[in-house]
Amino acid sequence: MTKSEQSKGKGKMLEIRNLHAKVGGTPILRGINLTIHPGEIHAIMGPNGSGKSTLASVLAGRENYEVTEGEVLFNGKNLLALSPEDRAREGIFLAFQYPIEIPGVSNINFLRTALNEIRQYKGQEPIEAKEFLALVKEKQKLVEFDAKLANRSVNEGFSGGEKKRNEIFQMAMLEPKFAILDETDSGLDIDALRIVANGVNKLKNDKNAFLVITHYQRLLDYIVPDFVHVLYNGRIVKSGTKELALELEEKGYDWVKAEVDGVSA
Amino acid sequence: MNTTITKDLKEHFFELILTSSASEEAWLKEIRTEALKSFKSLDFPTTRNEEWKYTRITPLLNKPFKKGEYSHVQTSNYKIADLDAIIIPVVNGIINLKEVILPKGIELLNIHIAKEKHPSYIEQYFSKITDNKNIFTALNTVSATPYILKTDNNAIIEKPIHFVFVSKGNEVFVQPRFLIIAGKQSEFNVITSFHSDCKSAFLNVVVEVVAEENSKLEWTKIQSENNESIHVSSEDIYMSTNSTFTLHTYTFNGAMVRNNVNVAIDAANCEANLNGLYLLDGKQHVDNHTKIAHMKAHSNSNEIYKGIMNDASTGVFNGKIHVYQNAQKTNAFQSNKNILLSDNATINTKPELEIYADDVKCSHGSTTGQFDEDAVFYLRARGMGEQSARALLVEAFANDVTESLKSEALKKHILLLIHKKLSKEL
Ligand SMILES: Nc1ncnc2c1ncn2[C@@H]1O[C@H](COP(=O)(O)OP(=O)(O)O)[C@@H](O)[C@H]1O
Ligand SMILES: [Mg+2]
Repeated sequence: MTKSEQSKGKGKMLEIRNLHAKVGGTPILRGINLTIHPGEIHAIMGPNGSGKSTLASVLAGRENYEVTEGEVLFNGKNLLALSPEDRAREGIFLAFQYPIEIPGVSNINFLRTALNEIRQYKGQEPIEAKEFLALVKEKQKLVEFDAKLANRSVNEGFSGGEKKRNEIFQMAMLEPKFAILDETDSGLDIDALRIVANGVNKLKNDKNAFLVITHYQRLLDYIVPDFVHVLYNGRIVKSGTKELALELEEKGYDWVKAEVDGVSA
Repeated sequence: MNTTITKDLKEHFFELILTSSASEEAWLKEIRTEALKSFKSLDFPTTRNEEWKYTRITPLLNKPFKKGEYSHVQTSNYKIADLDAIIIPVVNGIINLKEVILPKGIELLNIHIAKEKHPSYIEQYFSKITDNKNIFTALNTVSATPYILKTDNNAIIEKPIHFVFVSKGNEVFVQPRFLIIAGKQSEFNVITSFHSDCKSAFLNVVVEVVAEENSKLEWTKIQSENNESIHVSSEDIYMSTNSTFTLHTYTFNGAMVRNNVNVAIDAANCEANLNGLYLLDGKQHVDNHTKIAHMKAHSNSNEIYKGIMNDASTGVFNGKIHVYQNAQKTNAFQSNKNILLSDNATINTKPELEIYADDVKCSHGSTTGQFDEDAVFYLRARGMGEQSARALLVEAFANDVTESLKSEALKKHILLLIHKKLSKEL
């Protein structure tokens, strides 16, 4: 499908058009185009510093990222005009590459507040205490997240792997329409990786979509993407199917870099 | 500082306190006369005075304050939700004792009756624990109406005693004065909350506390007056063997607040806990001066003060710990942490440790920082609104102060006040 065919098609979830963004005055994203439909899993790969986390941050609405050109539509709405919380309430979720610790804020209590604020945004009643506890239990099981961790302060004293699993647990709790996983696989051993991937696969349906940012092909053995994109120097320089990931695994990024740098040189 | 203002001020307050002297017993007159001498010999402080370096209070006193009278207040307006407390209104420093009904084991008396019933306590402690070399204390001692709250030995008082202080009038000068005596082995909780029903007020509070052997007293003080009001308070606590004293000081409002807390630990196995939280905005100024004197061996003190300052507010924390030479095996812990929410807010924090014993554990620390914006973003990215995200983080920051409140209802009340304050509803 060409880009113009896609944009004519129905049921687009996310549409990124010619997105440029600066951080601290430096251009980092330099013209990103990407369209994602419900039910799809997209993977973004690319060398360190190519702008993957920047893209995730811009989509989630982090301040200090200045969008200088382009637009992003989420279910037809101008995403960039929304506050971070309204983006979350519209169904966007970002599993952070580096989840922070928030001492004194209980994981469960804050999730409940967040969930209720999302429900209120949608015009729904707050969740009943009993229903909430049942939901916590179900999702803990789904992503094999220790109940003790769920009740502690957000990520306080968690290991790297536990923090990543907490991100997936929160994702499972909030059931977003569109989830961005920013290197959720890095720092995970193979068992944890399988658990995280299982979680995603169980949550996946034909109404939601995932953008999986990763360095390694190994995650894509478990979460099978429909599309793989290579981000380099703030642009998507190559797109393909899961075979592209295998090729990158085998040959590294140098050939992609060479192609791009060769063309632009 | 203009000294003529100070002179005029002193004359003004001198007149205010003279009109109040009634026909009193000789012993009380003597105490008042001594205090008056002291008042005359002292000046209202300037910022050249080390103890008042950051708190420029004197110009604010230069208003035509008048003494206030007792009048009825609707106590239900001040009730803390879900808290089964005994509420005692204190209007312009005066209590209508006829209306006060207390459970067995605790009594509230005026100074004259107290002197008859408990002469040795009054002789030993009244106006003896506090320091009349402080001009504000002297001012209070000269003319305030003192009340004595005393528990019997072994009395366990289930319900907290909630004193609701209301300032009523236009520009009203209020001088509450209390002596609290925790009898041996007794346990009770006191709440003092301060409210304004006036244009502006100058409150000059003096509370003396005697913690007798094995007693346990927990006192929660909530300051939320209007932003025209000035509040100076002096709380002096004297601790005997095995006693536990806890003071929680929550400051939400007031144009200028100065809290002086002085704890004298004159025995072994005592535990003194001072917890403070101040949430300031606008041009509020709050100064917490604490002093803990470890005079004997084997006692502990814990002090945590936390502040959140917005707009152009200013905070001062000065925490003195004095460990006497023979006060071995003392454990003294002090911490002051602050968050500045605006570039115009300031905090001056200063620990003062004077340690003359060698076998002690003393630690102190202070930090001042900004809001963790990454944490705010994290919570917002999960769907929490900015306001509620910030409130949750403030709550978390305040947690080690608020969690020490044993009463769930009181804790809820404080959290509600925190929320209101952050959303500028208070
Ligand atoms: N807050 C920031 N301030 C300045 N430069 C930044 C900031 N965040 C990222 N960058 C720079 O932007 C580029 C892209 O970073 P990032 O998006 O984190 O890359 P990736 O996730 O692909 O490794 C890098 O050169 C990085 O140094
Ligand atoms: Mg990254």
